[in-house]
Amino acid sequence: MANDVRTVERKPTDTAPRKEEGTPLGDYPLYAAAFFLPPRLTPERVKNNRRYRALDTYRFICWFLLIPLVIYAIFVISPFLQAFYYSLTDWTGYSSDFAFVGLDNYARLLDDSTFWASMRNSLLLLVAAPVVTLGLGLFFAFMLQAGGRHKKNEAISGVRGAKFYKVVYFFPQVISVAIIGVVWAAMYDPITGPLNGILRAAGLGSLAQNWLADPKLALGSVLFVLCWMFIGFYVVLFSAAMGSIPKDIYEAALLDGASRPTTFFRVTLPLIWDTVQTGWIYMGIQALDAFAIVHIMTINKGGPGQSTLVTPVFLYKKAFDVGQAGYATAVGVVLLLVTMVFAAIMMLLSRRERIEY
Amino acid sequence: MGSTDVNRRELIKRSAAAGLAAVPAMGALSACASSGSGASDKVEKGEKTDKNPLGVNKQAGLEVVIFNGGYGDQYAQDAHKVYERSYGEVKHSKTQKIRTKMQPRMVKGNPPDVINNSGAENMDIASLIKDGQVADLEPLLDAPTLDDPAKKVRDVLMPGTIEKGQFGGKEMYQLNYSFTVYGTWYSKTALERLDVEYPRTWDEMLAVCAKAKREGIAGWTYAGKHPYYFSFTLYPFFTKIGGPDVMKDIDNLEPNAWKHDAVKKAFDAYYELYAKGYILKGTPGIDHIQSQTQWTKGNALFIPNGSWVENEARKTTPKDFQMTVAPPTSLDTSDAMPFETVYAEASEPFMVPAKAKNVEGGMEWLRTMLGKESTQNFTKLVSALTCVQGAAEGMELQSGLASASAVLDAAGEHVITPRIQDWYLELHKDKIGGTIAAMMSGDIKPEEAVKRCQRFADETAKDDSIKKYKHT
Repeated sequence: MANDVRTVERKPTDTAPRKEEGTPLGDYPLYAAAFFLPPRLTPERVKNNRRYRALDTYRFICWFLLIPLVIYAIFVISPFLQAFYYSLTDWTGYSSDFAFVGLDNYARLLDDSTFWASMRNSLLLLVAAPVVTLGLGLFFAFMLQAGGRHKKNEAISGVRGAKFYKVVYFFPQVISVAIIGVVWAAMYDPITGPLNGILRAAGLGSLAQNWLADPKLALGSVLFVLCWMFIGFYVVLFSAAMGSIPKDIYEAALLDGASRPTTFFRVTLPLIWDTVQTGWIYMGIQALDAFAIVHIMTINKGGPGQSTLVTPVFLYKKAFDVGQAGYATAVGVVLLLVTMVFAAIMMLLSRRERIEY
Repeated sequence: MGSTDVNRRELIKRSAAAGLAAVPAMGALSACASSGSGASDKVEKGEKTDKNPLGVNKQAGLEVVIFNGGYGDQYAQDAHKVYERSYGEVKHSKTQKIRTKMQPRMVKGNPPDVINNSGAENMDIASLIKDGQVADLEPLLDAPTLDDPAKKVRDVLMPGTIEKGQFGGKEMYQLNYSFTVYGTWYSKTALERLDVEYPRTWDEMLAVCAKAKREGIAGWTYAGKHPYYFSFTLYPFFTKIGGPDVMKDIDNLEPNAWKHDAVKKAFDAYYELYAKGYILKGTPGIDHIQSQTQWTKGNALFIPNGSWVENEARKTTPKDFQMTVAPPTSLDTSDAMPFETVYAEASEPFMVPAKAKNVEGGMEWLRTMLGKESTQNFTKLVSALTCVQGAAEGMELQSGLASASAVLDAAGEHVITPRIQDWYLELHKDKIGGTIAAMMSGDIKPEEAVKRCQRFADETAKDDSIKKYKHT
C-alpha cells in the first residue's frame, strides 16, 4: 500500500547486521488463525510482525464481503457451474433422476441443422443490430448535442427541442419488452396493421407486405424492432458522454474551420470511444438474446420456416416443448461461449489509447 | 476494527480476487435444481365399498390445480362441491402457467393430486411418463360410474378417449375431459346469402370460392401464425382420399408415409386455393384470433378450426351468424372414406401424479367429473362437449356446438384421432406446420412440400432423443 500515510515505524536497529526478517515456518498456523480472529484476540507475535498490516487489510475485506459473496455464490455462480454439469446429462427437466452421458449433447449439437440455422440468425443479428443501433444512436445524440444552429457565444448547440426528443427516444426503454412484441406484431399485421395501412393510404398498396410471414423480410422486421427498442437508450448514453466533453475543444475546432462531420469524426467520436465500446458489447449481448421479441412476435415462434429462429428460442423449445433440459443446457453453454468470444473480440478490435481531458 | 486503510480501487480489486477464490469452492455446493426426494408422505388408503370403489380416505384433503384458460375454472369449483359431499376438503388453485408452477413440484416430489395439464404452457406428458411421474388411471376406468353402478367408466367414454390417454402401452395416463370436433367452420347465413350449399367435393369447393370471389369475399382464411391449424382439415382429408392407413403411417413415422398419393392430392387441392387467389390477402401473417375475427366479419367463408372457436370468437360473432362445422370437403367420388369422416378427439388433459399424496382421491375426483351432474354443468358453462357418451342429450346447445354434436353422430365409426400432435409435437407444430404454411403462401410447390414433410419425418424417426410410439 504505497499511498499509506502511516508507514510502519522501524524500530531503531541495533548494530548487529540486519538479516531479512522472515517468518519462521511454525508461525504460519498462527497467521492462519489470526485471519479468523478479531483484531483484539490476535496473538502479539503476529501483531508485531511487519506483515500484519497486509493480513489485517485482507482480513477486513474478506469478512466484510463474506455474506454478499456467499449469497452471490449460491444464487449466481453455483447455477452457472451446475449448468456445465447438467449439459453432460440426459435430464428431461421433469424428474430428479437422470444419467450422465458425457459429451453426447454437444455431439448432437454439431449435426443439428436447426441449431445451426438458429446460430446463423443469431450471429446475423449480432453483427447487424449493434451497427445500426449504435450508428443511429450516435447520429441522433450528436444532433441533439451539436446539430443546431450556431448561436451567439455558443460553440455548439443542439437542435431545437432536444430535451423533448431525448424523452421521446427513451420511451421504448421503459416499456416492457413483452408489450413491445405485442404492439409491433399488431403494427406488422398485414390486414389491420398500420404499417400496410399507411402504405395503402399513400397509394402504395403494391408495397404492402406480409412483413412477418415472408421468409425474406421476417428477420429484417425483427431486427428493426430490436434496434427501435434500444436506440433511445444509446441516444441518452451518448448524449451524456458528449455533454462531458469540454466546450473549448469544440470552440477550437470551430476556429480552425472544421465542418460538423469533421468535428464529429475528429473530436466527438474519439473522445467518447470508451462509451461506444461498452455500448457495442452490451448491444451485442442484447442482439444475441432477442428471445422475447421473436417468441412473441413471429410466426410459429421462429418462423416462417426457420427464418427468425434465434438460439435462445431454440433453447427454450428444446427445454420446455420437448422435455430435453440437458440438451437445452448444452445449447446454453455454447451460447455463453459465443457471448464471451464476442466480447473478447470486440475488446481487442476496439482498443485505443485513452484520451484524458 | 484494526488499523485498516483501504482505498476504493484496492477494495474492488481485492473483492474480485476473493470472488474468484470463492468460485472453485462452490463446486462442492450440492446441486439444488434436481435433488428431489422421491419419498412423499402419502395418505392412508380408505376402505373400498360400493359407495367408495376406489378406497378413498374420507378424511384426507385433496389438491387440484386447474388450467385457467378458455374454460375458466368454475366447472371445477362446482365439481369440488360434489366431491366434498362424500370426501375431504378440496384445495383449489388455478393458473395459466401450468409448467412454471408445476414442474418444480414434480421434480421435488410433492405434486398436487390432480393437474389439468393444459394450455400453451403445459408439461410434456411423454417426458413425465418416461420418468414414472404419472399414475396409471386403470382403477378409474374399472370403477363403476357415478350415475349407474352397473356400468364401468371405461364403457361410457367416447371412442378414442382411452387411446388418447395411452402412450405406447396399455396404460392410460391422461383423461382428456373435453371433446373437440375439428373441421371446416363456416357461417350458414353467409352461404345462404351466396345461395350455395356446403361443398361436398373439391370441385364444388372451388366453385363456391369462385362465386365468393366475385362478391369480393375470400374463400378461406386461417391462423397463419399457427399453421398447424391446417391439420384439423388436412389430416382427415388425407384419410378420406387414401383410407385410414395414410394417417396411421404418418403417425408411426413409416418411411415414405408422406409420399402416399393421398397426401400429394390433398396438397394439390389446397395449393389450388392459393393459386386461384381464394385465400384472404394477408392471412399468412395473422394469428388465430385475427383470422377468426376476419371470418366472423364475413371477409372469408371457411376456416379450419376446432369447436372452441365458438367461445373464443363470441365477442365478434354477429347474432345471425349461425356458426356451423362440417367435415372437411372430400376430393371426389373415388375417395376411400365417406364424406362424414371427421377428426375429433378428447382434449383438455387431466393427470394424477404418481407421487401425489392422495392418488385415490385424485381419481375419485375425476370420477366425479365424469358424472352426469358435472358433465352437463361443464357443457353449460363453457359450451364444449365432454368425453362421456350422450352426456349432452336433451340440452339446449348453441348453433356451433349443436352442429358439432350432429357431425359426430353422422360420423359414427368414421372418427379419426391422429396422434402426431401429442407424440411428436415439434414435428407436427413447427416442421409440418411450417411446411404447409410455406406452401399456402406460395413459397413452395406441393411436390416440394411433400419432400420436406418426408425429410422432417425421417429426421424425427432417426433422432434417438425422441421417444417413439406406434399405433397398437
